[in-house]
Parts: sequence; structure tokens; C-alpha cells
Amino acid sequence: MKIIENIFKFNGGVKAQTRKSISTKVGIQKIGIPKYLKIPLRQHIGNLPKLKVKEGDVVLKGQLIAEADGSVSAAIHAPTSGKIKSIEKILLPHPSGLPDYGVIIESDMKDKWIKKIPINWAKIGVEATIKALQNSGIVGLGGAAFPSHLKMGSKATKINTLIVNAAECEPYITCDDMVMRERSEDLINGIELVESLLGAKNTIIGIEDNKPEALSQLQFHTKSHKNISIKVVPTIYPSGDAKRLIFLINGIKIPKGKRSSEYGIQMFNVATIIAIYRYISFGEPSLSRITTISGNITKPQNYEVLFGTPLKALINQSGGQKIKNDNFIMGGPMMGFKLPSIDVPVTKAMNCVLGAEPEMIEDKKEPLPCIRCAKCAEACPVSLQPQELYWFSKSDQFEKAQEYKLFDCIECGCCSYVCPSNIPLVQFYRYAKSELISEFRAQEEADVARERNEFRIMRLERERQERAERNAKRRAQSSKEEKSKLIDEKRAAISAAMDRIKEYEKKK
Amino acid sequence: MFNQQSPFIQKTSSVTQVMLLVMLALIPGILVYVYYFGFGVLFNLSAAIITALVSEFIILKMRGLSVKNYITDGSAIVAASLLAISIPSIAPWWIIVIGTLFTIVIAKHLYGGLGSNLFNPAMVGYAALLISFPAIMTKWPQPIEYLSIHEHLNIFLYGLKEKVDGFTSATPLDFIKTQLFLGNKVIDTSSYQSYADATKIIGIGYLLGGIFLWYKKIITWHLPITFIISLFVIASIFWLIDPIQFQNPMTHILSGGSLLCAFFIITDPVSGPTTPKGKIIFALGVAVLVYLIRVFGGYPEGIAFAVIFMNICVPLIDKYSQPKVFGHD
Repeated sequence: MKIIENIFKFNGGVKAQTRKSISTKVGIQKIGIPKYLKIPLRQHIGNLPKLKVKEGDVVLKGQLIAEADGSVSAAIHAPTSGKIKSIEKILLPHPSGLPDYGVIIESDMKDKWIKKIPINWAKIGVEATIKALQNSGIVGLGGAAFPSHLKMGSKATKINTLIVNAAECEPYITCDDMVMRERSEDLINGIELVESLLGAKNTIIGIEDNKPEALSQLQFHTKSHKNISIKVVPTIYPSGDAKRLIFLINGIKIPKGKRSSEYGIQMFNVATIIAIYRYISFGEPSLSRITTISGNITKPQNYEVLFGTPLKALINQSGGQKIKNDNFIMGGPMMGFKLPSIDVPVTKAMNCVLGAEPEMIEDKKEPLPCIRCAKCAEACPVSLQPQELYWFSKSDQFEKAQEYKLFDCIECGCCSYVCPSNIPLVQFYRYAKSELISEFRAQEEADVARERNEFRIMRLERERQERAERNAKRRAQSSKEEKSKLIDEKRAAISAAMDRIKEYEKKK
Repeated sequence: MFNQQSPFIQKTSSVTQVMLLVMLALIPGILVYVYYFGFGVLFNLSAAIITALVSEFIILKMRGLSVKNYITDGSAIVAASLLAISIPSIAPWWIIVIGTLFTIVIAKHLYGGLGSNLFNPAMVGYAALLISFPAIMTKWPQPIEYLSIHEHLNIFLYGLKEKVDGFTSATPLDFIKTQLFLGNKVIDTSSYQSYADATKIIGIGYLLGGIFLWYKKIITWHLPITFIISLFVIASIFWLIDPIQFQNPMTHILSGGSLLCAFFIITDPVSGPTTPKGKIIFALGVAVLVYLIRVFGGYPEGIAFAVIFMNICVPLIDKYSQPKVFGHD
């Protein structure tokens, strides 16, 4: 273990009040098993998994209830034992507020495990292990919920360095901090495992300097590990953004659209690494996570929660809101979203729930015009010119916005945070992006339609030509004799018909 | 609807706060100014601020904008103050009123109000006055020729009477330009020495305010430092060629409004460039133009024209000085 001192400072970022200490006063608590668990089938980025159970089935804790469908998908398991009560559309913790399919389990309160089967990865080999990982249900627990096996399986690129994202830069959120304080041993074992699976040579843990307790735990547990180093990065939001953290650590700037694996780097969040370790070494699939509940909450703290647990149970256990306004935010205050309803279950992506402070939801002051003070440009961690992007977005000059690299914007919110004119800059960029995306789609559809039409015209022309050729050929083939023969035949047929008519009339 | 989306927290800063800090930063310079040139400065400031607020109020009403939101942003007060301290302390009230109206009504609101003005409002007001009333705009009192408040008030209300004309003096830049025009060599500096000393101290007052603004992160180093260094270098080159015909570089930096320009005029965000490189190009351009106008142009002081000219170039400068986006270099 060694601590690396030098870092590469990225442009901008903001020093927001972290407000992390309010939720770290007590250790990770457990939430009791609820009577009903509503487990959404889609808790990850990718395809809806294939359902493996039906209503009335009895399931054990850890039993597969939905299987990954294709490679960009993740499995879902029963978080506790019980009976499948129904399979129906349920409300999800998503900004859209739209319902999606979920499985409702009536718990039998026994919490009886299915037989756990650890994976002997050294025996079955790396490829088979990564394949098995697809049915672990593990996704990125930092909040992105990207299926983890996909980050392991790239054969095309060689991974040299595993970077463990322990920065946790969003204000209020402390779930990773608490995990490191309490479960560092699992984390280090997990790092050794993931490093081997990736074939990486070394590991760097990137941690913000506002987590001294977690840091000392890491230092203690990595004493004898030469391959693991720790890099303490300054507490500047958004140091935990993957590409910003890689730059802080390695000085490599990975542009939009490129993956870190192309640079020999793979990054995992601390909780994800522990989940992988628990699955491979103990056969425990992804059934629960640590969630921070903080902000305007009577008892802010961290809970270990089974997926599917009603969010209300979490809120009630924390004593509810201090100042009641019934508004909750999922994720941190910089990048999270307001929950359209709290009648939702805890999911794999739910790293934090904030009781909204009154000032977070109150009507903000009317924005003043932009005075081009460029505070936003100074704060932008991507070195964009937010004031120009704002101007182009506002005046619907989307192509110009694209030219000024609108799509490189990571929507971290730093620009809005510092703006003295209170302009909701990020919202303008989201609007411009969505307009551009629908424009691309319309363009694509138009292209397809045009291609089809062009093909049809071509086909009709081809058919017409073919027909003309056929006729010409036929005409050319028939000689004069044949023609006169044809005419004679027809004449004979006509006279025969005339004879028949005469006979018919005679009979009359 | 917007406050339903992230980010949900915000730094407590506002345009008003920015403007308030700028006003605070002006105080040391203004105090020294009053010390050397008398209470007329304060009359000018008051008249400019009152005119600015009244005219802004009327225009906001006419434009159907929220008076409460916009008048409290403080930008009109800052622009009016910058204009007022650029005008001689013995100017009559109507000079201030005309200049301020130009600043607020024409340069600011006719161009779209806060955030939309292409030109530095205070400099537009100043340039209009300098072109229209050159005699009044270049007539400064002898420093520390104390006039009572009463005498200042008289001048402010009724203009400068002939009998007190004897105590005015030309600025060093003006004096030298006139002497050179007349074919004389400038060796005797006594006629403007006291004036030069006074502007030096006032300049240092503005410098202190500027450092305060930099410390408070209202301005970055790019504009003032580039301006001062550029002006120093250009002046040095000419001075080394001919020290008699051309003034030494320190005189250029410490006289006229150079330091006011460096920290308070070209740092106007609205009419200036936004990129770091752009700021350097802009400040360099202003410095070159200021020197050329001072030494070779028809006016003793060239800041207003230099700034207005460079304001025209800002869109071009910004377009071609975009910094490299993360990962695109």
C-alpha cells in the first residue's frame, strides 16, 4: 500500500457544503423485512429481464425471479423468501413517474436462503466466471446501474489498472463512506478478486480527503498489498465523476464517447466491488444495498435495505421529515431528481434519498439576464463555455450548441450552482439535447423513408425495364412465318365461332 | 417548474452582491480622489447615481420589466459611478446628467438592458461627453487647491466662473501633447508634477480595490495584468527610442485612468470577452490603442475610445479563443 500525493487538477468544480457528517453519526442500520416487497424488473440500464416465476410460486431468498435477457441486461432475485403475490405494473423511482413491470412478493418472514453456490473462479476460468456474473444481478451501485459483467468482458482491450471510485463527491451522500468504514476487509478482498478477473496489474483507490475514517480503514487493510495504492483527492465536486477521477489520478483526459477500457483503465464503485466479492466467494446475489437517507430528515443515517422495500419504510424508520413538505429527492442535491411519488420501492440505483430542505424546492428567484461573468466557465469541469451554450440553447440555435460541444456536458450542475443571475443553466442544456436528439431521430427516420422511396422508384424502373426487355425479346423471337401462322389460327377460330352461331340460329 | 430539477442547491451569490463588491472596491480610490480634487467628486457621484436610478426606473416601466428585480441589481449604480469618477471634479451638474443618461438610456437599455449592452456603458457616456464638451472634460483643478464645499457646490450648480479659471491645470498627458504640438521639448515637468503625483496616489487606490476584487474572485488576473504589462512594454519601447519625446512607462501606467481602466473598466463582464485567452487579447488590444491615442491621436486620453473599439471585437475574440474542451486536445 502506498499513498500517492500528486494529483492532476481538473478545471473548475465547486466546493459545495458537503453536509455529510449528519448521516455518519451512527453505523449502518438494517431495515426489517417488510410484509410486501415490490421488485421492479428493470433496475438497470438495458433490456427487461425474462421472468422465471409466476403468481403463486413460492420463492427462497436469493432465488432467480428474472433472468438477464441478452448481454445488456441484469438478473433479478428474490430479496427474501415468500410467495409471489402478483406480477403487475408498479410505480418506479424514476423522474418520469411512469409505472413498469414488477414482482410483488409476500414475505413469509423466515428469510430462508436458497442454497448458496460460491464460484471457484480459478477452476472454471475467467470467461465462465464473467458469464456467471451476468446472473448475479450486480449493477453499478454508484447510481448509474450499468450491468457490471459488461465492464469485465472486454477481450479486445487489455486492462492495466483498476480504479476504485471511493470519491463520493455529491453532498449529503455517505453510503460508500460508511461501507468503507465498516466493510473494508470485504472491499480489499473484492479488489484482489476483481483485479485478477480483469487481468489488471495494479489498483488505485481514489478517495476524497473528507473521509479520514474510511481512509484509515483502507490504509490498515491494504498494509500488505503492494498492488493497491490510495490516492487522496481534494474535496471538489464532481471529483467522483468517472472521467474526472481518472484525470485526477492518472492525468488522462478521456473524451466524450470513449470508454476508459480503451485506455487500459476500468473503474468500479466500492459497493459494486463488495457485491461482486460476495457473489463469487459466497454465492450471494445482489439483494440489498446501503442507502443514505439524509437532508431534511429527523434521523439521517445509512441503512442496509432489501431491494423492493417500500421507500416509506425507510422514511418512517428515520423519523420522517423534520420540516414536513412531502418532497423527496433521489440521489444527491447536485444531480438527483425529485421523486414524483414516495410510493416506490428501494432499487439498485437508490444510493441516497434526501428529504428536500425547504430552500431546495421553494420557488427560486426570477432569473436575471446573463451578465457573461463566466463564473460558469470557471466552474465547468469539462471546460465548456456554459454561457455560450446557454445563449445558443435559449435562442434555439441547437447546431451552434452542438458545435460548442453541448453533448460533452455531464449535467453535473456546477454552472447552475455558481450562477449569480440564478439561471437554471442545466435545464437549458437538457432541453437543447432533447431537441437535438429528436431532430436526429426525425432525420434518421426521414433518411430511412427516403432510402425506401428511392429503392421503390429504382425497383419500379427496373421492373419496367425488365418487362420491356421481355416483350422486345418475345417480339424479336417470333419470325414472319410464325406470325402468319398465328393469324391463320385466329382466323380459323373466328370462322368456327361464326359457324356455331349460324347453327344455333338454325336450330331456333 | 425549473426548481423541480437538479441542482437543488445553489451558492448564495447574486448580481447585486457582485455589484456591491465592485462599489466597495471603488471606495479607496474615491476617497483619495476626494482628498486631492475636493468635494466636487461627491456631488458628481450623487448626481450620477440619482440620474441613473431615476432614468432606469422610467425605462424599466416603459419596457414593462420588474422594477424591483432589475433596479436592485446595482449595475446602473456601478456604471454611473464609473462615469462620475472619470469626469473632472469641477464639472457642472448638467454634464453629469447628460453623460449618465447616455450611459443608462442609450448604451444600456436601448441595447437591451442588463447583459445585452455591446459597449461599456460608462465609456459610451464618457466618449459622448468628451466629443461634445471637450473644454469642460479636460479642465481639472490643481490638486489640493482646496475649495470649500460651498465653492464646489457653486461650480457644480452654475459651472466654472472665469475668475477661478486660474487654478485649473492640464493633465500631464494633455500638457505634453500640447507642448509637442507646439514644437517644444518637454523638460520642465513642474507645471504638472503635482497633478501627476495626485493621479499616482488615486491610481494606487484603484489598485487596492482591484486586488480586493481579485481576492474575492469577482475578476480574474487576465485583464488587468495583461493591460498593465502591455501598456508598460509599449511605453518602454517608445521611451527607450526617444526618452524626451515619449514619456516614461510608469507615467503612462500611473496617470490618467490607466489603473481604473485595468481593474474596473475593462473588467466589465457584459461588454468584455469571457474566455481566458480572449481576455488577454482584449486587454492587449486596449493597451495598444490607449497608447496610440494618447501619443498620436487627437485626444489626451484614449481609454474610452480604446475600450469601445475593442468591445466591437469581442464576439470575434470569443469565437476564436475557445478553450479546449476536456478530452478534445
